[in-house]
Amino acid sequence: MSATGTMSGAKTGTLMNGARILLECLTREKVEVIFGYPGGVTLPLYDALYDHPLKHVLVRHEQNACFAAEGFARATGKVGVCLATSGPGATNLVTALVDAMMDSIPVVAITGQVSTKLIGSDAFQEADTFGITRSCTKHNFLVKKLADLPQIVHEAFHIAATGRPGPVLVDIPKDVFQATAHYSPVSHIHLPGYKVYTEGHAGQIRRAAQMIWESNRPMVYAGGGILAAEASENLRELVERIDSPTVCTLMGLGALPSGHPNFISLPGMHGSYASNMAMTETDLIIALGVRFDDRVTGRLAAFAPHAKVIHVDIDPAEIGKNRAADVPIVGDVRRVLEKLNQELADTADLKPRHEPARAAWRARVRDWMQEHPFDTEISSTEIKPQHLMLEIDRLSGGEAIVCSDVGQHQMWAAQYLRFHHPRLWINSGGLGAMGFGFPAAIGAQMACPDKLVFAIVGDGGFQMSIPELATVANQHLPVKIIVMNNGYLGMIRQWQELFYNNRISSAQLDSFPDPEKLAGAYGFKGTTVEKPHELRSALEAAVNEPGPYLLNVRVSPFENVYPMVPAGGAINEMVLGPPQPVTV
Amino acid sequence: MLQLISLLVENKPGALMRVTGVLSARGYNIESLTVARTLDPELSRMSIVVDIEPAQRGQLIKQMNKLINVLQASDLTESPAVRRELVLLRVRASMQNRAAILKEAEIFGARAVDSSTEGFALEATGDSEKLDEFIEVMKSYGEIDVTRSGLVAVSLEAKKLRLAPPVKKDLEVESTKSDGVFK
Repeated sequence: MSATGTMSGAKTGTLMNGARILLECLTREKVEVIFGYPGGVTLPLYDALYDHPLKHVLVRHEQNACFAAEGFARATGKVGVCLATSGPGATNLVTALVDAMMDSIPVVAITGQVSTKLIGSDAFQEADTFGITRSCTKHNFLVKKLADLPQIVHEAFHIAATGRPGPVLVDIPKDVFQATAHYSPVSHIHLPGYKVYTEGHAGQIRRAAQMIWESNRPMVYAGGGILAAEASENLRELVERIDSPTVCTLMGLGALPSGHPNFISLPGMHGSYASNMAMTETDLIIALGVRFDDRVTGRLAAFAPHAKVIHVDIDPAEIGKNRAADVPIVGDVRRVLEKLNQELADTADLKPRHEPARAAWRARVRDWMQEHPFDTEISSTEIKPQHLMLEIDRLSGGEAIVCSDVGQHQMWAAQYLRFHHPRLWINSGGLGAMGFGFPAAIGAQMACPDKLVFAIVGDGGFQMSIPELATVANQHLPVKIIVMNNGYLGMIRQWQELFYNNRISSAQLDSFPDPEKLAGAYGFKGTTVEKPHELRSALEAAVNEPGPYLLNVRVSPFENVYPMVPAGGAINEMVLGPPQPVTV
Repeated sequence: MLQLISLLVENKPGALMRVTGVLSARGYNIESLTVARTLDPELSRMSIVVDIEPAQRGQLIKQMNKLINVLQASDLTESPAVRRELVLLRVRASMQNRAAILKEAEIFGARAVDSSTEGFALEATGDSEKLDEFIEVMKSYGEIDVTRSGLVAVSLEAKKLRLAPPVKKDLEVESTKSDGVFK
């Protein structure tokens, strides 16, 4: 590559090196914070960051840089940005990129690469990042010359944030960072093959409205797409207009406020009894920004056997992938709901026709909710996990950001916590990546410095991202780390107990570190609570602490998550609780 | 069953990998694949034959259309299209067989593109079944060596090509620094 080049032929604009040009492009994309970890080939970029106003948060592992970027993106809807070096830096991003891919989270990952002349020579810290991350990203780029860099960076942000959001990786060789060119801002980007269908077919929307009024037992099945499209208000309008029971998926919790009278709970493997019964009995599923995931549907052949399906999604490939749609609508769910709500308003005279049947349906759902609510029994001798969630919920009041890790605690949190707004519940839904919760909380707290942010983690997942204790200490982030410590990989133990004849294999976690010493080693407070009557004050102390806090909550080790749909079962075949002892 | 997919893709590094990645991620085996530039040198045409469950055909086309580098993916399996394949074949021919081989080749519309004392190199185009037969017949004359191009196809239906328009980048953000060269 020549030492100097130009962006557009003419020598206009300021002469800058590639690293500085990248920062200019990030500034134009309104990036506020980058989560990253330096390395050899990104040294020119870190040199440019030295006196640049862009905030860089130094994490302790690249995977957590990407998880934190996801946390930032999930809390705000903006594109999260992470940065890693070549080779090991880039390969460490892979898990988190797949996580962002599965949950459709807008992330731009920037990786350094060895110099263009060394690519393919098995150079030090070289890895085929472009090849490795091809299937982990919505799209990826290898920048081979500086002249292409601004265009590619803006394309990356555009692809990450629009349509069905997702992660995009930009791989930049060291000599591209070092080369200089006259930078002039890109005015247009053109991706002819990147088609986003937003509007929704007007005829299909009319058909959907007809079908809704003709239904006796309609229900809304809302997912992460509502959050991505910022369509919560439109969802609420729909639900109230048609007065139908509504479930929000694990990814969609908060799309409809938890306390809303039409809200049931989450459906699926650990969904509520009422959610799963309603999904089974409904005659019309209004599926909005969801993908009929196997953890929601259970055995697909037995899922919602009486239901017609209206399926709205911005990704045409989701429609009909798992469940055929009677009315498929490809579009941005907010735009589609705006039009659907208008159509429903225009045809509101049809509403009374099936109202008696629908009133009976709503009553039936309410009965199911009352018959088998989530268990709220509290023990006086040990802290039950459910008790912990109820106490966290009391402090949150449906307003705190809760970042969860993966496992039993995630399911209990999803069942028991209320979320009055979207983007409060942040978890690894599709990939189920342990280690996600704590670094995601770092990203969320960076995005929302004034909000109460809980990282609810298990004793397993927490130890996967434990080095980030240094990051919260460094950045003075007041994250409340609540370890639900049952001494086991609880979900593994639950399955081994239920399906593997109670042969508990490699699921016991001994030697959890003393939280007081652990947090103390990083300069902040931590403690253990194990008595139920001390739980409330322990949580209050954590929340009232101005800085970070590590609260290790010893909970009953053998509690299982119910209801549970065994793998391969139909969702109405729930196990509602532990086997009862037989009395003779 | 065999599905025939025609793709218009950007002629960029990695585009082929993305397309084949959609197939390999689902465990589908590629029967044949051809790629070449179109009239527009920035675009390539791919024809892919893949072994797939019929129910998955639609999903596969959607997944390919999702790729940023793919401008259009269409399923030509059942739509009107001309399908052709090229075979290059070397056959070892004894002196007494030479005339018979050329005669037989003519029946298949093949022509000799090289001739030596050892035998011939023959070229034939046609649909895959006809070429299978041609190869079978040539085998009967002795040792053969075959290279097939894989199927190329052209749709006989006008398919509207929908492309995304350019996107204007917001210019209102001020440059953070403009004081010359940075090290």
